[in-house]
Amino acid sequence: MEFFIQLLINGLSVGLLYGLSALGFVMIFKSSSVLNFAHGELLAMGAFLFLVLVSWAKVPVFIAFVITLAGCFLLGFVVERIFLRPLIGESLIFVIMLTVGLASMFKGLLLFFFGGNLQTYPDFLPAALAIRLGSISVPPVYVASSLMGGVFLVLFGLFFKYSSHGIYMRSVADNQTAALSLGVHVKKVFALSWAIAAMVAGMSGIMLGIINGINVHQISSIGLKVFPVVILGGLDSIGGAIIGGIIIGLLEAFTSGYISPSLRDVVPYIILVFILLIKPYGLFGLKEIERV
Amino acid sequence: MRRMHVHPCGNFKENYAQELTVFETDFGRIAVFLGLIVLFGIVPFVSSPYLLYVMNTTGIAAIAALGLNILVGFTGQISLGHGAFFGVGAYAGAILATAAGLPFWVAVPAAGFITAFVGMIFGIPSGRLKGLYLTIATLAGQFIIEYILVHWESLTKGTMGITLPTATIFGVALDNDRRFFFVIFLCLAAITLVTSNLMRTRYGRAFIAIRDNDRAAEGMGIPIFPYKLLSFAISSFYAGFAGALWAYYMVSISSEPFTLGLSVEYIAMVIIGGLGSIPGSIFGAVFITGLNEMLRFATDALMNLGALAGFGLNSASLREFAFGLAIVLFILFEPKGLAELWRIVRSSFRLWPFSY
Repeated sequence: MEFFIQLLINGLSVGLLYGLSALGFVMIFKSSSVLNFAHGELLAMGAFLFLVLVSWAKVPVFIAFVITLAGCFLLGFVVERIFLRPLIGESLIFVIMLTVGLASMFKGLLLFFFGGNLQTYPDFLPAALAIRLGSISVPPVYVASSLMGGVFLVLFGLFFKYSSHGIYMRSVADNQTAALSLGVHVKKVFALSWAIAAMVAGMSGIMLGIINGINVHQISSIGLKVFPVVILGGLDSIGGAIIGGIIIGLLEAFTSGYISPSLRDVVPYIILVFILLIKPYGLFGLKEIERV
Repeated sequence: MRRMHVHPCGNFKENYAQELTVFETDFGRIAVFLGLIVLFGIVPFVSSPYLLYVMNTTGIAAIAALGLNILVGFTGQISLGHGAFFGVGAYAGAILATAAGLPFWVAVPAAGFITAFVGMIFGIPSGRLKGLYLTIATLAGQFIIEYILVHWESLTKGTMGITLPTATIFGVALDNDRRFFFVIFLCLAAITLVTSNLMRTRYGRAFIAIRDNDRAAEGMGIPIFPYKLLSFAISSFYAGFAGALWAYYMVSISSEPFTLGLSVEYIAMVIIGGLGSIPGSIFGAVFITGLNEMLRFATDALMNLGALAGFGLNSASLREFAFGLAIVLFILFEPKGLAELWRIVRSSFRLWPFSY
C-alpha cells in the first residue's frame, strides 16, 4: 500500500510537470495550429538561461526567475517573427519540419555552450515547503511546482476569459479568416502567443531543471513526451493538457512500479496510438477530425 | 532512326504518351546513359576506399529517401517513422541471414517485404487520421519500434547487436567497398527506374490525387485507405531494402542508429531534395550525407586547432546545429528543394538568351 501511494505521488508530480510542459505547446497550437517539435528545446532554453543567471552570474533567485521569463518571452517573439511568420499559409509538412529544424538548431547551440553533462541548480527552495504524511514525503520541489502550475493555470484561465488579448487569441484559434475580417491583428496574436508560450515553457524548464537536473538530451526528450499528453488531453485544451499530463505521469509511474521499468518510456506512445485510433480529439479537445 | 529533338520552349504536348514519357528529350536519355557509364565504368575504379564508402552510404540513403518521398512527396502522408522502418529492414535482413541462413540476394528483398508488412501495420491509423494527427501516430510508431528492437532480445539480441556473414552474390564475395558499390548502385538505378515508372501508373496517379485533395480523390472513385496503405507498404519496402543492404554493408548492427534522429534525417533529405521529385530524393541523400561527412572533417579540423580544444567543442553540437540550419534555410528560401534549383539552372540554359 505504501509502495502504491509513493508511486501515486511520484506519478502525480511527474505528471504535473508533463502538464506544465505541455501548456506552452497547447498555447501555440491553439492560436496558430503549429505543431511545435522544438518545444523541448524551448524548455531547455529556459532552464539553461536560469542556470546561467543563478549559478554563474549569481543573480538572486527571484530576479533571475523574472529575467528568465522575460528572456524566454523575447525568444518566443523572435522565433515567431523570423522563422514562423514567412510560413503562414504554407502546407503542414513545411511548418512541422521547420520546428524540427529549429529543435535541432537550438539543441546544437545548447550542446555547444553547455555540453551534454548533467548540471544542477544550487538548492534554493525552502525546506519548509516539504509535506510529510507519516512515512510518505513530498519533496519541496514538487510542492513548489504544483503551486506554480496552479497559479499559472488560474492566470491563463483569467487571461483567456477576460483580457482582450486572450479573447483575440481565442478568436484566431477558432477561425483565422473570420478573426481577420473582424479586425483582429492575426500576426500580432501569433507573435504574442509564441512569446507567452515560450515564457511558460521557460518556467516549466526551470521546474524540470530543479527536479531532474538539467541535461539537454533529457529535457528535449520530455519535449517529445508532450505529444501523448496533449493528444490525450485534446490538442487545444489547456485544462486537458494538465489532466493528460497527470494521467500519463501516473501511467508511467505504475508501469515502472508494477510491470517493468524499461516499459516506462514507451507506454505513453502505446497509449497515444490507441487514443488516436479511438478518440483522436482527446478527452477535452474540439471534434474537428474529418474522415476521408 | 528518329530525329533527335530538344526541349521545346513551352508545353507543346499533344497526347498522353508524351506527358507520360520518362525522358522528355533524347538528349536526356543519352545524358542518363552516359551518366550510368561513368558511374559504373569509371567512378568505382578511380575513387579512394573512403570516397567509395561515402558513396555507398549515400546510395543506401538514396534508396530509403526515394521510399519516403513516395509516401510524403507523392501521397502527402507525413511519416516520422522512416528511420525505424530502416531499422526493421536492417534487423530483418540480419536475422534472415544468420538465424534462417538465407543467401544475400534472398534476404535483402525478403527483409523489404517484412518491412512493408510492418509499415502497413503502422499505416493503419492513416485510415482515420490525416495531417498532423497521422504525423503524431507515426512518431509513436517510431518510439514503439525502437523499443521493440532493443527489448525483444531473443530475436534482436538487444544491445549486443548481430554480426552478419559476408554477402555473396553469384559466387562472388562482396568483401570490399568496390564490389558493394556495384550492388548498391545497380539496386539504386533499378529502383529509380521502377519508381519513376510507378508514378506514371494508375497507382502513382492515385497517390498524387490523394495528396492534392483526398476528398476529390474519393469522389473520383479512388479507394483512399487501400491506396494509403499501399503507399505505406511501398515506402517501407524501400526502407527495409535499404536497411538490409546497410546491415550487410556494415557487417554488424545494433539498435543504436535507428532513432528519431534518423527519421528526421530522411525527412530532411526529402525536403532538401524536393518533395515529389525522384531526382530530388537522390540530391537530398547526396546533400545530407555530404553535409555529415563535411561536418565531421570540419569538427576534426577545429578540434586540432588547440585554442578551441579546451572550449568543449564536440562534433555532435556542430552537426546538430548545421543540420537544423540547413533544414530551416531550405524551407524558408527554397521549399521545393534542390530539384527546383536544378530545374531553374537547366531551364535558364535552355531558354538562353531569352530567359523569360
